[in-house]
Amino acid sequence: MVEMSVTAPGSAPLRLTPRQRAWKRARRHRGLVFGGAVLAVIVALAIFAPLLAPYDPYLQTLSERMKPPVFLGGSFAHPLGTDALGRDYLSRLLYGARVSLFIGLVAATISALIGTTLGVLAGYFGGRVDTVITFLINVRLALPVVLVALAVVALLGGSLTVVVSVLGLLLWDRFAVVLRSATRQVRTIEYVAAAEVLGASLPRILYKDIMPNVANQLIVVATLEMAHAIILEAALSFLGLGVQPPTPSWGLMISEGKAMLLFQSWLITIPGVALFLLVLAINMVGDGVRDVTTPEGRD
Amino acid sequence: MLRFVVGKIVMAALVALTVSIISFSLLHLSGDPAVAMAGENANDAAIQAIRETYGFDRPLIVQYGDWLFSALRGDFGESYYFRMPVTQIIADRLQITMLLGLLSITFALVLSIPLGVAAALRPNSLVDRAALFVSVVGQAIPSFWFGLILIVVFAIDLRLLPASGAKSWTGFVLPTIVLGYYATPAIMRLTRTGMLDVLSADYVRTARAKGLPARKVIFKHALRNAIIPVVSLAAVQMGFMLGGSVVVESVFALHGAGYLAWESISRNDLPTMQALVLIFSMFYIAFTVLADILNAWLDPRLRVA
Amino acid sequence: MLDPSPILSIRDLSVALPEGGDRPHAVTGLSIDVRPREIVCIVGESGSGKSVTAFATMGLLPKALRPTGGEIRVDGRDLLSISAKDHAAMRGRTLAMVFQEPMSALNPCYTVGEQIEEVFAAHTAMSRAERRQRTLALMEEVKLPDPQRIHRSYPHQLSGGQRQRIVIAIALALDPRLLIADEPTTALDVTTQAQILALFRQLREKHDAGILFVTHDFDVVAEIADRVVVMQKGRIVEEGSVDAVLNRPEHPYTRHLISAVPRRHPQARDTAPATPVALRVEGLEKSFQTPGTMFRPGTPIRALAPASFSVGENETLGIVGESGSGKSTLVRWLVRLIEPSAGKVEIGGVDVAGLDRRAFRPYRKDIQIIFQDPYGSLNPRRTVGDQLIEGPVNFGVSPKAAMERARELMRIVRMDEDAVERYPVQFSGGQRQRICIARALAVEPKILIADEAVSALDVSVQKEVLKLNDVKTRLGLTLLFITHDLRVAGEVCDNVMVMEKGEIVETGSVVEVFGHPRHPYTRSLLDAMPGKGWDVPDLGAIAEQELS
Repeated sequence: MVEMSVTAPGSAPLRLTPRQRAWKRARRHRGLVFGGAVLAVIVALAIFAPLLAPYDPYLQTLSERMKPPVFLGGSFAHPLGTDALGRDYLSRLLYGARVSLFIGLVAATISALIGTTLGVLAGYFGGRVDTVITFLINVRLALPVVLVALAVVALLGGSLTVVVSVLGLLLWDRFAVVLRSATRQVRTIEYVAAAEVLGASLPRILYKDIMPNVANQLIVVATLEMAHAIILEAALSFLGLGVQPPTPSWGLMISEGKAMLLFQSWLITIPGVALFLLVLAINMVGDGVRDVTTPEGRD
Repeated sequence: MLRFVVGKIVMAALVALTVSIISFSLLHLSGDPAVAMAGENANDAAIQAIRETYGFDRPLIVQYGDWLFSALRGDFGESYYFRMPVTQIIADRLQITMLLGLLSITFALVLSIPLGVAAALRPNSLVDRAALFVSVVGQAIPSFWFGLILIVVFAIDLRLLPASGAKSWTGFVLPTIVLGYYATPAIMRLTRTGMLDVLSADYVRTARAKGLPARKVIFKHALRNAIIPVVSLAAVQMGFMLGGSVVVESVFALHGAGYLAWESISRNDLPTMQALVLIFSMFYIAFTVLADILNAWLDPRLRVA
Repeated sequence: MLDPSPILSIRDLSVALPEGGDRPHAVTGLSIDVRPREIVCIVGESGSGKSVTAFATMGLLPKALRPTGGEIRVDGRDLLSISAKDHAAMRGRTLAMVFQEPMSALNPCYTVGEQIEEVFAAHTAMSRAERRQRTLALMEEVKLPDPQRIHRSYPHQLSGGQRQRIVIAIALALDPRLLIADEPTTALDVTTQAQILALFRQLREKHDAGILFVTHDFDVVAEIADRVVVMQKGRIVEEGSVDAVLNRPEHPYTRHLISAVPRRHPQARDTAPATPVALRVEGLEKSFQTPGTMFRPGTPIRALAPASFSVGENETLGIVGESGSGKSTLVRWLVRLIEPSAGKVEIGGVDVAGLDRRAFRPYRKDIQIIFQDPYGSLNPRRTVGDQLIEGPVNFGVSPKAAMERARELMRIVRMDEDAVERYPVQFSGGQRQRICIARALAVEPKILIADEAVSALDVSVQKEVLKLNDVKTRLGLTLLFITHDLRVAGEVCDNVMVMEKGEIVETGSVVEVFGHPRHPYTRSLLDAMPGKGWDVPDLGAIAEQELS
């Protein structure tokens, strides 16, 4: 129904450029603004953790064990209370944000590199290249992530590097799937053929014509996978096969708090809420980016 | 249709073979499995003995072939920890996990499809916002934490349901909610966007132009088309749920295959670990092949060439 | 003449556009009557509001558009004031509609037989056997071959023309009083279009229905209309009998539109002096392999039979044919977007067909192409300037010099120089096509291929783009003009080549081929052209008469 388009073609010679339009929409997108703000706060807290944390997150004060947080009758000496080893919960929470963000960023970057390369190649070339890459994607999807990650960490030991690498090497499937179909679609649009006819080399076409037009989808998947990696790290640490104690990881904090579940449920509530907020914020940013960059996004 | 299905099955078989190689190589990831098995205080002679007993001194390819053919006969060797045939332990535990998986996918579908359809019918309405809320929260909530919170509320504070175990059906309620909710956001979003796309399709307009009642237009013409990609996604989510069962079963101390996986991994019980990775992968592959066949039947463009 | 009371009577209809549109209303103060056995055509260019009128009557407007005033009476009932449910009950029974896109108008999940039967099931109490029998009879009526087989076919198994017949059968199932057709033949080939138009004429007689026919094509209007309504920007500018409007248009806008319609009879041109050959093609073939399976190898499908032809310098060669004729395969081959199976192509005396992609690259400069879709041909995320310098930069020109040239090219295609700094979204379809032309010219090609380059444009915009033909003469270009539209070919080409199913069936000068076609296929194409009884009137003469 070309006829029914809201603005008739040829009528609006001065419309906004893609970037201007995205910015304009972004500023009005409540989810994006909220998610972005929450994320910015968490990132700032993580960066400035050494300045903000009242105590050393590893400092055990056995006389100060299991102090409740302020809102449950505790004192401002430990605003979020202390854990079973007498470590300041607020300090551990702030340092834990660093672990989560580090894992999320690095794992998402590794998997983005692998997945984007595979997806773009499969989508651009099609044919046999596509068959082989689709096969690889299927193999990856058939492997249960949690199980394989747990097994590898158990066998290689639970350092931050191992956890981050394992997640990075496991989470590329969605990048590959999404970029494959996005590239396939862009590939058939005539501006790609036009560039080819104008003598553009393959790397130049990928860089100038394909990537800019699939970039928004890449960003969306990157946010999703960053959130995914953060949740998985927490789950692995919770199961005792992720980051090892005494590192302040939110998943580990929940795991340690689990022992006190019956009496001190705030021990799991606080790191859990932090984890939830961080993942929520990242996902909202991702959804927002998708909404403001799709041509017919919902306003 | 035959060609389509045969193609999918061939692909699945190749994937299964590759996965078996990966599961097998897990054993060798840590270096020498004999050293791992013997424990920290073993002497060289003991390690050598283990090496010979388990055949680790043979070439890798022979070991793999041996393992694969035994596995195909249903023999995964003996568990290092339980000192029992792996197959027997897994068979016991798998029942609980399969029941949990079935309950969870049902929960997820019953929640997500109606909500997704309702949201698509009235974009930006209250229902749509509620659906969006359910999916955004579901995506962000870590399932192990969600499980613990449910335990705190329903088992500890309200004392309505048991916190752990599978002695009666009540033990499955909370795990089902947690695992089902895990799969809900993706299925709901796909249903919603699929319905939105289909509702603006030309053939839905044709159906309306025929004067069909709204109910017929929505369910017969729109949903029928929108559901096709959802079938594939549901299969994929069922596969992911098996992985998720590792987390959920350990939160609720539900002694299924997921819990067994965690146990065997924590105890370096390599044969059990290998067998579980392979079996979980095979389930995933089987689900996706079934979904492909179901889709080939649902979609005439695949069924009749 | 007896003037029966109208079936459809629209009075003062206004439909609001959402905020941010280019005007407040899609349709303003519109009044139309349609009587039984009458075909009323609404003509206008894109954005004129002609489809909105059709959809408002059917109650199928998108949610963003809503009627804000007036009434639409069918059989005395005002459709704007009845409930959605009552309106739905009238659809399919009293009002029916045929749409533009036959490929997507049918549900892929059900057999077409079932999709027709559904109308009976929804509105009548017929038995299953009765429904089936009526459906088969309808299929006969719309001239579908082998109704028994078609009945159990799925849409993807049928051709576009067959699908459109199914859509028409659905519309006619219950003998509606009013049939609305929205560009029903625009997506079809010219021979299929002729059959469908003939069908409409017969149906008017048989079913006593009034037909509201929306189109942009004045030849289609000449072919079937009794009365014509011309719309511009949501308003009616002229209305009258088909003879009056087409031959003695009064409103300047109508005149503007009609004068843009290409002339039917190509003016005899001076036979161009034989020029040196710019492009020679010999025995060029292309076949595709269908994907094979494990059990049987793929079968080759011939897309292009061995083709041979040559084009002289400065010549314009038209390549005409319907969809599937192989004309697009041929040109995509020439610019090496697909690989040949066999053959020889000489550009300026050098055979480039045997060269691999890398060796062919220097020759890309010599042969350029403009595509059909003005919206897909430009990368939305690069500025116009960046895309204009793409070619020259790839061939070693400095970006700065290329940008200077780009500005000059913008002037050549009659656009503002500053356009180079803007993004494609900021331009209309016609402007984009000019940018594409400039982009192709930037590498100074010897041969330019226009692959349906004006087919997606409104006639008046088309005319503006075609005026750029003088640029071609000035630059001494050889032009290969691919089109399905014989009139356009007649207007711009020196020689034409007619293609059918991958074969060249006839070649010759425009006057020869269109005036005295030798091949039966060429004749059938020419016969199928709508509006044969009408040719664009001499509007200059009309204007003079009025003055005197």
